[in-house]
Amino acid sequence: MVEAQVLTRDFSERVREAEHPHSAVVRFDADRPLRLDAGVDLSPFQIAYQTYGTLNAQRSNAVLICHALTGDQHVANVHPVTGKPGWWETMVGPGKPIDTERYFVICPNVVGGCMGTTGPSSIDPRNGCPWGLDFPVITIRDMVRAQAMLLDHLGIESLFSVAGGSMGGMQVVQWAASYPERVFSALPIATGTRHSAQNIAFHEVGRQAVMADPEWRHGRYLVEGSSPQRGLAVARMGAHITYLSDAALHRKFGRKFQDRNNPTFSFDADFEVESYLRYQGSTFVERFDANSYLYLTRAMDYFDLAADYDGVLAKAFKGTTTRFCVISFTSDWLFPTSESRAIVHALNAGSARVSFAEITTDKGHDAFLLEEPELLAIVRGFLDSAGKARGL
Amino acid sequence: MLLRRNHDLTMAEAARGPGGSRVDLVLVAAMVERGSRVLDVGCGDGELLRLLAEARNVDGRGIELSREGVNECVAKGLAVIQGDADTDLADYPDDAFDYVILSQTLQATRQPRAVLEHMLRIGRHAIVSFPNFGHWRIRLQILLGGQMPQTDNLPYAWYESPNIHFCTIKDFRQLCGVAGAKMKKAVALNPWGKPLRLTAPWWFWNLFGEQAVFLLSRKPESKGQ
Repeated sequence: MVEAQVLTRDFSERVREAEHPHSAVVRFDADRPLRLDAGVDLSPFQIAYQTYGTLNAQRSNAVLICHALTGDQHVANVHPVTGKPGWWETMVGPGKPIDTERYFVICPNVVGGCMGTTGPSSIDPRNGCPWGLDFPVITIRDMVRAQAMLLDHLGIESLFSVAGGSMGGMQVVQWAASYPERVFSALPIATGTRHSAQNIAFHEVGRQAVMADPEWRHGRYLVEGSSPQRGLAVARMGAHITYLSDAALHRKFGRKFQDRNNPTFSFDADFEVESYLRYQGSTFVERFDANSYLYLTRAMDYFDLAADYDGVLAKAFKGTTTRFCVISFTSDWLFPTSESRAIVHALNAGSARVSFAEITTDKGHDAFLLEEPELLAIVRGFLDSAGKARGL
Repeated sequence: MLLRRNHDLTMAEAARGPGGSRVDLVLVAAMVERGSRVLDVGCGDGELLRLLAEARNVDGRGIELSREGVNECVAKGLAVIQGDADTDLADYPDDAFDYVILSQTLQATRQPRAVLEHMLRIGRHAIVSFPNFGHWRIRLQILLGGQMPQTDNLPYAWYESPNIHFCTIKDFRQLCGVAGAKMKKAVALNPWGKPLRLTAPWWFWNLFGEQAVFLLSRKPESKGQ
């Protein structure tokens, strides 16, 4: 009985955040459909977004932040669901490298997400029920196309910068390829232009964990009042390991026991690292929709920028005048430096203006979200110099 | 024009404050046309790129092997990538730059000839500065001391030196011939950073020049001096 109430609450809250989020929302009606790579139109649809700072009179200081797989638009404000600080508050804010006193920062929730932009937990207008698996499969390019529609709506012709890490970085390079004239500078961080076989494999494990949960109900859990929390938590636990590194796990947890001195000879979370992962899993399911997880991981898997340009990545950036700053981390094994270097090589082939830095850290892929002084200094220096060139 | 150039460079040099001993950088910068596109191979902490941007208004890019150097440059707002002259120059298209500069780095490359050929391919001009291993003090150290030389500019012991391909000014001129480079300008500096007389013969430069700076271009396109 108690569990049923929890689930009902979960259902209503999830749909409420998807339909009426704690964010600004722009709705695109039937006259402005989102043309998807899957060959269908998404219409009507909406985009939820946060903004920080003020757009200047020349409309030249807008910075678009693209969030990662499990991120959202709440980049630099307290999260309305979790009550936690924004996911990139080290980077974005007054006086921060992406300085909201100088730049007008926009961060939209991606299409397929669950925080107010149309996704599988939104209501399908045809039947009044959550879309679930009837939602069309979306791509990184679809996300970017939707963001371009948002910028059109906001009257922003050209972005001073587009920045993002991981899946956000994929959107950054897609932006630079699709709309070079609208992107003055680009900051793809800890990312690549295609998902590797290993990364697709990890995603598939996560998706299978979700789908193996009987509460998933073939994606109809919101309609049927269930919630595949265990499956999604396992998916998150697995994925979270890939965001860290062996060295970081060892440094943080080692083989330390959790609140005990000896093993219990059971399958309790004896080790700190187990307890940590369980915590990561349980907090994730509070704020994230399982079907969104399926759709967004799929979008990353499908991403292969060069494939749209005869397999030659350099063609994606041919003749670009965008200034790039590509950043990778030594211990990132999800998007290793070689992936960033491939972007740099492609840009060099077109003699584009590119900076590339590899930052030494043992914090793995997640380093882009953390207080990394070198990362912050590099982003600040890059944007300062680009700002000078832009007359900001 | 010449006066103004020198004035700018002096200003930029003065801005670096006392102890700024990289006379060779100022010399290199003086060879670069205002507003041109420059690739600095082995750009270190970006001193030359900054000098070129301030005094020459160039659109500069850099390649640097050391991670610390790169990150310092990028944080300064310079367009620099982490890379290796020996392997990464191949990725650049022909004629991408007006000048490709190799400043005090030639002797640390594995394949100086290939590097020079790439420079001449990528840039309309190549500028190379290097320590002259033919300087009399170095000759004397081998002749009398019987050991690999160590000087203020080349302070490493042979077993830990990154410099694996030393050459003399005479050697470099030969390399230019082999690599199809036309010499457009050359300067040799004495240990106090003063240029040797232009009219001095090559053997004199080779003996008394502590370092040298060459401005080169591809042979077929060169008009010569």
